[in-house]
Amino acid sequence: MPDQVYEIPIGPIHPALKEPIRFTFKVEGERIRGVDIRPGFAHRGIEYMGMKRNLIQVLYLSERICGICSISHPITLTLAVERAAGIEVPPRAQYLRVIFAELERVHSHLLWAGVAAHELGFDTLLHLTWKVREKVLDLLEELSGNRIDYAIPIYGGVRRDITPEQVPQVEAMIRYYRGLLDELLDAFLRDPSVEARTRGVGVLAPEEADSLCAVGPTARASGLAKDVRQDRPYLVYGDLGVKAITPREWGLEPRGDVYDKAVVRLLEVGQSLDLIERCLVEMPEGEITSFPKIPALLAYLKKADGEGLGWHEAPRGEVIHYIRLEAGVEEPVVWKVKAPTYSNLMSWVPMFVDQEIADIPIIAASIDPCMCCMDRVHMVDASSEAMVQKEELLRLSRAKTERICRGGGPA
Amino acid sequence: MILKTLFSQLFTRPATNRFPAKYMPKSVLGFLGKVQAGKATLVPPVPVPPKFRGKIAYDREKCIGCQLCIRVCPAKVIEFLPEEKKIRMHVARCTFCAQCVDACPVDALAASPDFLLSDTDRHSTALIVE
Repeated sequence: MPDQVYEIPIGPIHPALKEPIRFTFKVEGERIRGVDIRPGFAHRGIEYMGMKRNLIQVLYLSERICGICSISHPITLTLAVERAAGIEVPPRAQYLRVIFAELERVHSHLLWAGVAAHELGFDTLLHLTWKVREKVLDLLEELSGNRIDYAIPIYGGVRRDITPEQVPQVEAMIRYYRGLLDELLDAFLRDPSVEARTRGVGVLAPEEADSLCAVGPTARASGLAKDVRQDRPYLVYGDLGVKAITPREWGLEPRGDVYDKAVVRLLEVGQSLDLIERCLVEMPEGEITSFPKIPALLAYLKKADGEGLGWHEAPRGEVIHYIRLEAGVEEPVVWKVKAPTYSNLMSWVPMFVDQEIADIPIIAASIDPCMCCMDRVHMVDASSEAMVQKEELLRLSRAKTERICRGGGPA
Repeated sequence: MILKTLFSQLFTRPATNRFPAKYMPKSVLGFLGKVQAGKATLVPPVPVPPKFRGKIAYDREKCIGCQLCIRVCPAKVIEFLPEEKKIRMHVARCTFCAQCVDACPVDALAASPDFLLSDTDRHSTALIVE
């Protein structure tokens, strides 16, 4: 019966998904006719935990919202707190933050490219991309001390400087990727099999991207020149003059499919390299933090009163932190995080409709979803769903044993 | 281009450092025992970068018991010993941000390059610093 519509549930835990989320697809034969998305499985109550800790502890908690965005979240949080408390950041620290943010973009986009190649069944390309990704991770390890959680931003500046001896290493990394980027673009974008699997797949029309408030590379692939670094400049991005990258830079009219999303992300690697190079040249000498002494910082933050919003263009799109501070209280009164995946979630629906079942993994991966960044709330509809906690289940089990011992039947 | 890379890969050494031995020993602890007895050689780990943040080293003599490290620690690693006015650190909880090192007013704390910290017991002596 070809007109019969079936429902296929995928997730929350599924090999094609990197993180927990549940899709319910309505399929007619091989074609997807509709999709329902249920997030919330990676909710850990981080904002509530943050409201029980002082601001310095919150900084490291925010770093652990997501392992890949471990620069984006602390930078956004520090921007929010600095606005709320009226802290000035020295120019050199602003440049250093930009350098680290762009290094993170390079490694995050290369990670995505590898994942995308893997979803297409092109594992050679996965291993190649992840092999070259090691270079930027090594550099981050060299500059910050550790490979994933960098612990670099702090309120009022950064914790570690880039010394003159380290500058040649950064330049060597830029040269390494400049030499490789053409090969990578060639391997991804001029490969006929990659093109056949990604062209016309998961299309997000510009009007839909606009009305569904898509952000980051997802929106730019549909041709919207939307980039927080360009639209609402912060740190030194205003001086650097960042331009949003759309597939037009590659000489193509944007179609909003998976291919265009790969174009945007790979070209942004080159853009980040340019930004890092300019930062190294333009970075002034001077202080790297306005609070060299931690007790002074803690005392200042305790007195601070007000609210602040921080925004940043993370590799996946716009991330926003809202913070409210009250004088005399060390903990933030409100801390709210809006991660890019939250904005991009709804764009999945038009991307999935009328595609084939076999395209589900690559379309799901194409927005570069990050559930642990996004899941700030878990909704339970008590009227239609029953949820039994462990204690309740144990109580029921014990009650049954007792009943049987007393010679009673099932309840 | 990919084919060329793949072909050259056949003749290049693996990028992975084969730590602790070229081939995985049946028992790592047994192998480390043999290394100590001088019967086997260890393939050394990749050197850590100069600013590496590993297990926190504690100088008990310098510590003045100000408890500033306890206030900034995000993972609640540090326990205060009120009688001696010193601290005890439970490394099993540590997130290696080294914020305590920055906060310490008398430089009693330092980030050491020590990173081989796996243990089956979170209360083992290797994971308690005091």
